[in-house]
Amino acid sequence: MGVHVPDGFFNAPTSVATGLIAAGAVGFSLQRANRELRETGPALAGLTAAFVFAVQMVNFPVGAGTSGHLLGGALAAALVGPWTAVLVMSTVLLVQGLLFADGGLTALGTNITLMGLVTVLVGYFLTRALLKVMPRRVGSVVPAATVGALVSVPVAALAFTGLYSIGGAVDIPLAKLATAMVGWHILVGIGEAVITATVLSAVVATRPDLVYAARHLQQDLVLVDADGNSSTVSPDRPIGAQPAGRSLGVGIAVTLVVAGGLSLFASAHPDGLEFVGGKLGFDGAAKDSAVAGSPLADYGVHGIGNTQVSGALAGIIGVLVTIVVGLAIAKLASLRASKAS
Amino acid sequence: MSGDGLLVAVESPVHRIPAQVKLVALFIFVLAVVSTPAAVFWAFGGYAVMLLAALVTAKLPAPVVSRRLAVETPFLVFALLLPFVATGPQVSVFGLQLSQSGVLGAWNVLAKGTLGVIAAILLSATTAPRELLAGLERLRLPATLVAILSFMVRYLSVVSDDLHRMRVARESRGYLGGRAGQLKAVAGGVGVLFVRSFERGERIHLAMQSRAYTGRMPQLSTHGASQSQWLVGLAIPLAAILIAIAARVVGL
Amino acid sequence: MFAYPDGRQALFGVDFTVERGERVALLGPNGAGKTTLVLHLNGILGSVAGGTGSGRVQIGGTGLHREHLGEIRRKVGLVFQDPDDQLFMPTVRDDVAFGPANLGLRASELDDRVHEALVQVGMQDHADLAPHHLSFGQRRRVAVATVLAMRPEVLVLDEPSSNLDPAARRELADILAGLDVTLLMITHDLPYALQLCERSLLMNGGRIVADGKTRDLLADADLMSANRLELPYAFNPLSVPGPEH
Repeated sequence: MGVHVPDGFFNAPTSVATGLIAAGAVGFSLQRANRELRETGPALAGLTAAFVFAVQMVNFPVGAGTSGHLLGGALAAALVGPWTAVLVMSTVLLVQGLLFADGGLTALGTNITLMGLVTVLVGYFLTRALLKVMPRRVGSVVPAATVGALVSVPVAALAFTGLYSIGGAVDIPLAKLATAMVGWHILVGIGEAVITATVLSAVVATRPDLVYAARHLQQDLVLVDADGNSSTVSPDRPIGAQPAGRSLGVGIAVTLVVAGGLSLFASAHPDGLEFVGGKLGFDGAAKDSAVAGSPLADYGVHGIGNTQVSGALAGIIGVLVTIVVGLAIAKLASLRASKAS
Repeated sequence: MSGDGLLVAVESPVHRIPAQVKLVALFIFVLAVVSTPAAVFWAFGGYAVMLLAALVTAKLPAPVVSRRLAVETPFLVFALLLPFVATGPQVSVFGLQLSQSGVLGAWNVLAKGTLGVIAAILLSATTAPRELLAGLERLRLPATLVAILSFMVRYLSVVSDDLHRMRVARESRGYLGGRAGQLKAVAGGVGVLFVRSFERGERIHLAMQSRAYTGRMPQLSTHGASQSQWLVGLAIPLAAILIAIAARVVGL
Repeated sequence: MFAYPDGRQALFGVDFTVERGERVALLGPNGAGKTTLVLHLNGILGSVAGGTGSGRVQIGGTGLHREHLGEIRRKVGLVFQDPDDQLFMPTVRDDVAFGPANLGLRASELDDRVHEALVQVGMQDHADLAPHHLSFGQRRRVAVATVLAMRPEVLVLDEPSSNLDPAARRELADILAGLDVTLLMITHDLPYALQLCERSLLMNGGRIVADGKTRDLLADADLMSANRLELPYAFNPLSVPGPEH
């Protein structure tokens, strides 16, 4: 993605369905974010939206002469929390659609669902889950959110493929579409991950208190009075912070359900998944795919007979591999960062 | 990026229609277009003629419209790929093997997408951002969302200017890193931009509180649209619905 | 005493009184805590707002407590340093109306109040423009109007003359000198302080280090250099007219 689905790309029922999903998600987020918004004011969310909008205009090279840009869902979620982030991303898409004629009005629901909902939720819950198993300090949020960002993009691409299998206007082999989309978006996701990591490092370095996903990891403040006596106080109560005690499972589960479930959808389509070793057409796009020659090519696992099950498995394995690769990159990045400082 | 969106500030009958009417009209029109079967070509001709008439009435310069159509490009590429990758019966065109459903699908995406973009351009080029916000408020968009939207629209140009200044500062210091170095520098700048934007958001909230803000933004809209304004504004979308129904009947 | 949520302590014990109708300048180097101090004056920062710190503020006989917050914020009008922070509504008119509308004014009463405030700063012809279509000096004037529309008893300005061209700077001085309110003004512009304010407070390191006649403070070369303050080239504070004349 990185681009907005235009009008007429999906059939009317799909547009209506995603519209309802988006409206429900925005309504739910409004309710959940209500307390934060009352304390911090709508200005903060508006400014974050303006920030995401501005940053989406910065392109980075992906390869093969093309470029991608930040989606920002996972980043926004780490910075302002998942519910405000859903509102922020929806606002960005609404302004792009209404003020700049970018993205169709009937496709608004689809765009909010893909870029506002899937990226935010996958990014955030994965980040929180990883924070559970990482050292308890604010800096841990950088590698955690990096993985969240990396995974969120291909998962959104998978969601796009899932929608296409339901409401796409033309029958094209979904295996090819999924492979091309996910392969391509792993590359875009790497760019997303790098930018997310660098942005978060900068924020952690200057205003660690601003990182929503790490507010529970903040340290106490030391106050010194006019006579030089010092006392320790806890910082302002984190607004709307998540209660601790959610397990690693939740984050991974959300991701896997999305990935596996959508692959199942994809494979349930009459055209089904064809799992053959990379000889199929779709030449132009599939060659760019990083996984075209891998065992996951065409999004089915070799040696498993049932196409639906194998499709879902492939989706899940793909995401797991992405997580592992992401963790490795994050580890490397934090090693290099600590060497540099 | 301008805080005015795509607004073309001229006087025209389309500019004068209240924003809530135009929003509803745009939505109905695009819905009619989207639900028209792709094979009924004359229907799309009808939609295009009506849109053109509206563009002319709105006194929009052709270059503005055509430049804005560029947002469609990525899906243009996708559409052009469709005839080659879709399954089903094949046809031969100039020696190329193309999928029949793929060709129709490409047409479907192109026609509907283009009509949708042009209709959206018509709205954004004839409606000032403030009117758009007031229109959304009239259409009962939740107040919190309207507030976030209004802050975003107000500070779009401020934040973009910040970003632009930072890029100029980086380039004027002769930054010539490789591709990775450049990405890192840009991303670092983006981090600073977030802190700046967030702190501005905090200061704005302070400024609001010091002017007795208690959690509810004042209403933007002052008056509703008259019946005749609704009739004028909805003329095209109603005609579009008729075309869509006719197209369905013909397609049966 | 007050510390920001990131652990930076900005105020270390500050005590002063300003009389009704007085015009006072708040001087001091960057990072002295001037802005932090004025944000306490209407309870935006500090323990009233749920923040970290301790202390007491009294405005016109009303103590700053949670239950009086609305009244205090009506009495103390704050003009921020960056007009873009202050002008957050789509048009000038919406913005000036924001405060009075929150106070409950409606319809013609509200329109009159907006018009009156815009006339005070000479911006009545620009009411329907968006803020980003105004020059910086115009935005600064509208920012003052947004606060004047609330009819404050105390007007607090943060760096009012910064980034203004000489003509805009003088026009703003004329507007401020003509207002009948208590004025507290943060500034690095020492001639501006001398022109408008008879009395000055000098802050450094989160404390008040001097309090006296502006002219005396500016003429005290040791005090000035100890607090990183410098007069413009060839400016003699003893030979120019001040507000007392």
